[in-house]
Amino acid sequence: MRPFLLLAGLFLAGAAAAEDKPVLTVYAPDYFGSEWGPGPGIEAGFEAICGCDLAFRTGDVLPRLLLEGDNTRADVAIGLNTDVTLRAREAGIFAPHGQDTAGLSLPVDWADETFLPFNWSYAAFVYDRTRLAAPPESFADLLEAEDLSIVIQDPRSSISGLALLLWVEAVYGEEAGRAWERLAPKVLTVTQDWSTSYGLFTEGEADMVLSFTTSPAYHIVAEEDDTKAAAIFEDGHYLFVELAAKVAGTDQPELADLFMDYVLSREFQAMIPTTNWSYPARLDEADWPQAFRDLPRPGAALFFSEEEAEALRRPAVESWRRAFSR
Amino acid sequence: MTAGRVAAGCVFAVVLAPLAAVIWRAGGLSGFGAAEWAAIRFTVVQAAVSAVLSVAAAIPLARALARREFPGRGVLVTLLGAPFLLPVIVAILGLLAVFGQAGLLGRGLGLLGVEAPRIYGFHGVVLAHVFFNLPLAVRLLLQGWLAIPGERFRLAASLGFGPSDVMRHLEWPMLRDVVPGLLAVIFLICTTSFAVALTLGGGPAATTVELAIYQAFRFDFDPGKAALLSIGQLILTGLAALAAARIAIPANFGDGLDRTARRWDATALWLRAQDALLIGAGGLFLLLPLGAITAQGLAAFARLPDAVWAAAARSLVVALVSAGLAIGLALALAVAASRKSRSPGFELAGTVGVAVSPLVLGTGLYLLLLPVADPVALALPVTALANALMSLPFAFRALLPAARAAERDYGRLADSLGMGGWARLRRLTLPRLRRPLGFAAGLAAALSMGDLGVIALFADPEFATLPLQVYRLMAAYRMEEAAAAALLLLGLTLALFWAFDRGGRGHATV
Repeated sequence: MRPFLLLAGLFLAGAAAAEDKPVLTVYAPDYFGSEWGPGPGIEAGFEAICGCDLAFRTGDVLPRLLLEGDNTRADVAIGLNTDVTLRAREAGIFAPHGQDTAGLSLPVDWADETFLPFNWSYAAFVYDRTRLAAPPESFADLLEAEDLSIVIQDPRSSISGLALLLWVEAVYGEEAGRAWERLAPKVLTVTQDWSTSYGLFTEGEADMVLSFTTSPAYHIVAEEDDTKAAAIFEDGHYLFVELAAKVAGTDQPELADLFMDYVLSREFQAMIPTTNWSYPARLDEADWPQAFRDLPRPGAALFFSEEEAEALRRPAVESWRRAFSR
Repeated sequence: MTAGRVAAGCVFAVVLAPLAAVIWRAGGLSGFGAAEWAAIRFTVVQAAVSAVLSVAAAIPLARALARREFPGRGVLVTLLGAPFLLPVIVAILGLLAVFGQAGLLGRGLGLLGVEAPRIYGFHGVVLAHVFFNLPLAVRLLLQGWLAIPGERFRLAASLGFGPSDVMRHLEWPMLRDVVPGLLAVIFLICTTSFAVALTLGGGPAATTVELAIYQAFRFDFDPGKAALLSIGQLILTGLAALAAARIAIPANFGDGLDRTARRWDATALWLRAQDALLIGAGGLFLLLPLGAITAQGLAAFARLPDAVWAAAARSLVVALVSAGLAIGLALALAVAASRKSRSPGFELAGTVGVAVSPLVLGTGLYLLLLPVADPVALALPVTALANALMSLPFAFRALLPAARAAERDYGRLADSLGMGGWARLRRLTLPRLRRPLGFAAGLAAALSMGDLGVIALFADPEFATLPLQVYRLMAAYRMEEAAAAALLLLGLTLALFWAFDRGGRGHATV
């Protein structure tokens, strides 16, 4: 019996960590809450001012919240994305964030009262300067390029894959299916998630990978490697905004509100660029790290509202699938 | 046997209760569209082709290994276990380092002025699945060869049998016993493939049922559809397990004294050359990608973060618990199944775990635990349980032939002595099953080590397992450290496997 108890103790050690302090439970995507994401910094920073214990729960945020319904332990959700939030809004699981969104530094106007942006970037194809001398400068260039191989993510399983789908919809509209038919032969492969794609790219499997305009900043800042760059297209780029929201059924409403304040605080925002590798949602450009200020930015931000995105999603996935089965 | 019934009951409960919970939460099942049918069709076809090719290639390779003795054989056989045990993403990158656009093969052929064929497509999916499952098939077949009593080979030699006679009288009956179950298990494990199929399939035409389940949960939030797809997987599993049980003919060699025999039947020079070629080619195919993983991982190994080492310790504990569970269940099921000539119920219980969607299982368990406990605090025990369920079929396949042989050869003697229950297990079954038990425990522990398990909902940021840390490092752009963590995982997994696995490695010398 004793070894069993010992093992049980080892397994359950996490449950015993809670002290007398109130706990704010934050649901976040895995990359956000891990040791190498913004999670630990945010946890330390918030706990210093809240007199509470901030506990991240990582995994698929929205599916989990929908699954749990009223039984959820979440007080706040972070790392959502406009392309999938309609469902959550309709399910009524979130409460207003109560923040003033006027001072946001987003390329689009933001007046949503439920979902609060905390960082943003643009979908983009990233390439290696030493391997690709003349990257395409527009979608038209990309469609016409010969001998160019790209890796993308599956829009059915990856949020960045879905962003590409909407990007093509925004550029080509009715002609999106035709564009995909021309793009498909250049797609070396489609991966389930962003990580596999990016791993293939850094291994040298493909010339370009679907990622974000801010991805090269990682290589510049963390690896002092300036060979990676994002190809900027004249058509404009699809905007990728990450959001936080307060759970309506929270038993810690004051702490949740305090966390919403913290999300837009200077401290939180200053952590974002070099931990989540994207642009902060409320921080003067002058306060961005140099590498982020130097990154080339697209001329135009393409963006669908959540209603438009939800309406487009199914037919766009269907025509995407058809283009690849030819 | 009651123990067998209890084990079977537990397995079915752990599989069916979460599924029922998902259906209950969904409020019913949703129908299939054309996309789901296409996914089912692709899944079945690629799994069938992969299973047949894996086993077809494994038979000559296992035969060559069974009748040869050479320096490094033990190491080679242990390393052969590795591809099967690797986390998917690591194996994919290893495979592509050899067969991909920028891989060794492509560059080698490029030097000769030949353009390497693209790996991405249906053939890529099959190649990857053969890479994963050929070693498993070889190892399970080697267990079959080991189960042929050494006296039979001596007798064959004294009768002047050549290789084809040995094949007809000794090896073929063994294959008739082992291969159907093996085909079924590999077919089933390929039906749950997801990231491999999509990445190497090159596009959405390579959509499997598991990806459709993922989509149903993640973007459509349609648990009813996920549950229905999962039921489809279970029906496939049932059919495959029953078909395997029907086709298999238990081999009957009579008992032996466990002496090992020299293989006089295979001393001809051309046979030696043939076996050397087979072992060389098989070894290269399987070991080159492992070499690539090692080479990539070495660069950042020295600066692996503490969090990775902590995760490695956690994964070891999970693996040991999970192996204990899997072995307990597999032993009870194999012993129960060995007492009957046909035992579809136990066969099914011993097989079903392989084809359970981790996503449905995880979601169901989460729903079941939610009202009574904090599921995330139970993340590691649940991971151990799910991994035990998923490695049970392999442990069961490894134990079954030896359990059958023990029962056949010594069952009547034990009965006449009135030996039952604990005494029979301790004095007859366990000693007779020692070798496959070690192999099965090693397999279960190693599988659990490399598996992500039911992580989508149960991940706890403070108590991550090693495979999860590999993914997290990749998600944080840290590809070099991810490769190093993957190398650590590979090393630990192999060490675990090696430590348990005493059987199967020797034949000529035990």
